[in-house]
Amino acid sequence: MNKTTTLLVALLCSLHCATHAQRIKGSDTVLPLTQTLSEIYMNKHPEATITVTGGGSGVGISALLDGTTDIAMASRRIKFSEKMKLKQSKHEPCEVVVAYDALAVIVNPGNPVKQLTREQLEGIFRGKITNWKEVGGEDAKIIVYSRETSSGTYEFFKESVLHNKNYMSGVLSMPATGAIIQSVSQTRGAIGYVGLAYLNPMIKALAVSYDGGKNYVYPSVESAVAKEYPVVRPLYYYYDKANEAAVMPFIQYIESEEGQAETLKLGFIPR
Amino acid sequence: MKKWIDIIAKRIFTVSGFVTSIVIVLIIAFLFAEAVGLFSQPIVEEGYVLALNKQNDVKDLSALEIKDIFDEEITNWKEVGGGDVPIKVFRLEDLDKIYTEAELGDEYQFAGDKIVEQVSGDPGMIAFVPESLVDGRTEINYIDDNTIPVSDVLLGVEWFPTATPSPIFGILPLISGTIWVSFFAILFALPFGLAVSIFLAEVANPRVSKILKPIIELLNGIPSVVYGFFGLAVIVPLLQRTFNLPVGESGLAGSIVLAIMALPTIITVAEDAMRNCPRTMREASLALGASKWQTIYKVVVPYSISGITSGVVLGIGRAIGETMAVLMVTGNAAVIPTSILEPLRTIPATIAAELGEAPAGGAHYQSLFLLGVILFFITLFINSCVEVVSARNRLKR
Repeated sequence: MNKTTTLLVALLCSLHCATHAQRIKGSDTVLPLTQTLSEIYMNKHPEATITVTGGGSGVGISALLDGTTDIAMASRRIKFSEKMKLKQSKHEPCEVVVAYDALAVIVNPGNPVKQLTREQLEGIFRGKITNWKEVGGEDAKIIVYSRETSSGTYEFFKESVLHNKNYMSGVLSMPATGAIIQSVSQTRGAIGYVGLAYLNPMIKALAVSYDGGKNYVYPSVESAVAKEYPVVRPLYYYYDKANEAAVMPFIQYIESEEGQAETLKLGFIPR
Repeated sequence: MKKWIDIIAKRIFTVSGFVTSIVIVLIIAFLFAEAVGLFSQPIVEEGYVLALNKQNDVKDLSALEIKDIFDEEITNWKEVGGGDVPIKVFRLEDLDKIYTEAELGDEYQFAGDKIVEQVSGDPGMIAFVPESLVDGRTEINYIDDNTIPVSDVLLGVEWFPTATPSPIFGILPLISGTIWVSFFAILFALPFGLAVSIFLAEVANPRVSKILKPIIELLNGIPSVVYGFFGLAVIVPLLQRTFNLPVGESGLAGSIVLAIMALPTIITVAEDAMRNCPRTMREASLALGASKWQTIYKVVVPYSISGITSGVVLGIGRAIGETMAVLMVTGNAAVIPTSILEPLRTIPATIAAELGEAPAGGAHYQSLFLLGVILFFITLFINSCVEVVSARNRLKR
């Protein structure tokens, strides 16, 4: 009898808490950041409950539209069409940049090429440049590795480096970042892209220039923090303006010095 | 009492048989219904239109032409049957850059006007915009919204399922990749598989085969991801060094991994078939003065040929349907392979890699179902071939 009562009380309590819980949903890139920060936040504020789920940027934003989440995480900016849908259904989306994520272009350590311009990268990933000697390297075929089409990284690289044009059809697509690193480390003519946090001595990162070859910047946390490295994407939170009061404490925690220090620890670039 | 048990058992078997068959038929029907839906999808992403200037009289563009225009491969309207005007591409995202939020209105009620303004201002402009924004506007022209043609899919040589504004679903590279890699896998697996099964069934001393057989069967239990990882870490660099290839991820790496995976199936089934060859036949052959080897290839192998073929078919089935291992070692480049040393992309790998993110009910989703249907037909074809072969053997005997 006693047991049942306790159970019932526990159940009621959890139900009660659930109504005050914050739900965060969206991009898998932002997921580890949000998860860690929300755990720390909940330890400090035992009254708060935050549930974090992934699913992709698009999933998060459509959940915001349905009202099934309080904050949508996104590794890309909200699309014009999504913003329009939100506005038409009387939601006022607010945008917060919680961190930045840099993408590094990587090659095999045996490759003498050290730097490339955006135009050269576009040529390589679109199949217009097929030999390393065209960009100052040795006479070897360029092997282009990319992520699968479903990945947000694929889309961001396409938008930022290829200016929305399509990759060539002969690009080798790998199912995961780890597979790209493995392949690039054992293929001499390889080129690929990975998140900054994944850089290791098995591969070599390239300096990239976005101004036609005047300034080359090597990808590192420092250069990304200093806003010098160009292939950086902001990671966003979106929430409904009507809901601002409820979500603000957690967002303020992320923006606080402590939250930003944790962000850096996790391999993301703080704001 | 006994009679009742009989009746109940009969009923249970009938019902379960019927239910299972119906479920299988329903699954196939679902597969087909989803797949056929692809051909009623518009060329341009659903809910969007391509708007043109009023002076531009181009009406029809194929998906490939649209892709080339937005990739800036085609830069003049005369290349696609229009006037001699340079093409200017406009995407909805550009609207944000040209106009301020205030100009667009807080619910974007003026966005339609601004798009029309942009498109009318430039005779060479092509704009990729949501249908709802420009619904019913007559100041601008539109590209006809055709459905995806069957020939573009079945004979298409490019696979760009997420290209905007117009995805391209050419499945030839995927089909040829699948067949190519499976063919070579069987080419490698067959001689080795037969050799090992003959060795185990006929030559080896019973104690040796008692130890070897469980080991080979154990290979069957290794998850395919493990094979894939082994392939990526060991076989791929090995091939790269041996053949001095620019890239090690190739059809050959896939075939070798698949051959290793198909071996245990082929060996187990073929060996069992050979063991089933009656002792009397073997003894008759030996009594007639035939040597051990003559007995094997004139008596045992022909007698158990239908068992051997079914082992081979099960092996091919494993090879064609295999997903993870192939996904990791073949490089997944959607191009028609001209040699086995090139990267290629198979149907199962494509489905596995893309289904997770394809929006349910969209063209991409349906195209993946179409790939499933094609895989179904490939296996059906192989199975029928085997039926024919073993039926002929039975007749001969």
